[in-house]
Amino acid sequence: MNPTMKTSPPKPPTPGQPRGDGHHHSARHRISVGPAGLRVMLVDDSEKRMEMLARALDADGHKVIARLDSKMDLRGLVEQCQPDIIFIEVDAPGRDTLESLDQLNRECPRPVVLFAARSNADITRRAVRAGVSAYVVNGLHPSRLNSLMEVAIARFEMHQALGRQLAQAHTRLADQRDIEKAKGILMKRRGIDEVEAYSLLRKMAMDRNTQIGEVARAVLTTADVLWKQP
Amino acid sequence: MIGARLEKTRLRLGVLPLADAAPIVIAKARGAFARHGLDVEVSLERAWSAMRDKVGAGLLDGGQMLAPMPIAASLGLDGLAVPMVTALSLSLNGNAITVATDLFNRMQAVAPDATGAAQWAMALAVVLKSDRAAGRPAPLFAHVFPFSAHHYELRMFLSSAGIDPDRDVRLTVVPPSQMVDELQAGRIDGFCVGAPWSNVAASLGVGVTVATKHEIWNNSPEKVLGVTRSWAEAHPNTHRALIAALIETARWLDFPQHRADAARLMIQNGWVHAPADAVAFSLATAADGIFFHRYAATFPWRSHAIWFALQMLRWRQCWSAPDLVGLARDVYRCETYREAAEMVSEPCPPSDFKTEGTRAEPWAIKLHRSRKLHLGADLQLDGSFFDPINPLDWLEKQQLGNPTVRYAVLKKANEIPR
Repeated sequence: MNPTMKTSPPKPPTPGQPRGDGHHHSARHRISVGPAGLRVMLVDDSEKRMEMLARALDADGHKVIARLDSKMDLRGLVEQCQPDIIFIEVDAPGRDTLESLDQLNRECPRPVVLFAARSNADITRRAVRAGVSAYVVNGLHPSRLNSLMEVAIARFEMHQALGRQLAQAHTRLADQRDIEKAKGILMKRRGIDEVEAYSLLRKMAMDRNTQIGEVARAVLTTADVLWKQP
Repeated sequence: MIGARLEKTRLRLGVLPLADAAPIVIAKARGAFARHGLDVEVSLERAWSAMRDKVGAGLLDGGQMLAPMPIAASLGLDGLAVPMVTALSLSLNGNAITVATDLFNRMQAVAPDATGAAQWAMALAVVLKSDRAAGRPAPLFAHVFPFSAHHYELRMFLSSAGIDPDRDVRLTVVPPSQMVDELQAGRIDGFCVGAPWSNVAASLGVGVTVATKHEIWNNSPEKVLGVTRSWAEAHPNTHRALIAALIETARWLDFPQHRADAARLMIQNGWVHAPADAVAFSLATAADGIFFHRYAATFPWRSHAIWFALQMLRWRQCWSAPDLVGLARDVYRCETYREAAEMVSEPCPPSDFKTEGTRAEPWAIKLHRSRKLHLGADLQLDGSFFDPINPLDWLEKQQLGNPTVRYAVLKKANEIPR
């Protein structure tokens, strides 16, 4: 194996697809396969397969910004090249490194397309059914690349949306609990009833232009400091 | 239970190229699976994420997994979120932390008399402090997977000396077989990896081992046999037969006279691509070495599941508030283990839970008819005491770490009457 690697510097920001310092993070959630194409990183030990894949991606208007084999510095190159999407062979040892980058970087994980080295329809079918985060392509048929990337990105965005919904659900639960507690404190301290306590919290939230859960937490913190909650 | 109809007899199990893949590899080589009516094909995998995906998708029936993996999968933290279980621990000990030779020389310069993990961690803290003052970049340390004992061991080693793993160093993941190359190329400054790779680095003069997994947490859990929850539920008899065969093999492996044979089988058949003497050294019996059977090594302690879940909370990998005991009951299937153990007359501890951090010497649990179950020392490098009855006490006492989930929310989730 003769490792070859080609990289090109990140493209300057273009309208509609803001990238570059401070921008690519927020843009990551709204990746779409537009006319501008995507900046793709390929990771595979087969030079031949990478060449075929690169040609097909290029024909579809995407830009292959880096090709690397499993011996190369995946972490460093992901940081340096900031690809929009990564294609990696399903058995590549570097997959564990990619997963850790996503762990460190929860706010802007990248869509990853997994592909199987051997043509194996069974892997494709079962992996998709099991919900493997990306998508496994059967033998990498060039004509299917664009639809493949769309599927991968759609799946990725669905996953992201689910994650956000989960986080929101957690916040709502925490809010309810904190609001209950804050109401209790206000009722006791001010001698008011529950409806009045809630109205007071809501008014404070409106005055400060913030969420009622935040106000409730402020009340709890203050109560902690001033009165040492029972 | 012997003679129960097996739901499936042809199985595929995955292993990674590591010395502690021995139980599965040797069970196949010595016919233990066949004796229990199983025809097992062992598949050599190259990444933990590929192992998880293939087990999750049913391409493998099960495999060697890092102990925290089934827990992360069941909590939905691992990107795949196919619930997994384990009913067998495969090994204790075996990992080690190695630093690059030049970093080691600087540590030795500030602590010429240092011996042992605690003192090396303190020496590293001094070096890092002077580096920060001089504006040098934080060093990069590698482990093998976000949900691995290696990851938590590295963090415990660092935080035992007050080094903040999220601020004072950078962490990354490198596949085990590439660790030595990465260290030699100067791309990482140190690593925590399974055997034999620390031995390989030391014998090449690339790095120096400053802590063993045994020093970080004596006789602590490392690998498990992982299957999906749905597989376990659909194949109870096959699961028990598999575990029984692996308990028998673990027993055979822990006779010191068998370890050289085991090393030879691992090398000859290409299961580990490492120098033969490093593999043999890793598998030689030592007080702080890998155990497959000794000290109840095969028992999947539910308290260990709780400990791993606490690490995920402490180090911000877990964003939900699990009921820890419920999670441990769900993921660590002690009942299945006990049934399988009975098939091969393996003694079991009376409880599924034990404390950690107080025993400096081997100890024993009395079983019925004056039999004893011998267990190992269980001290932790940071001196902490872990009691599974009050797991949140442990979390609350930690100085470093910053859980995403608030303590009060966790407390609420763990107050559910059982």
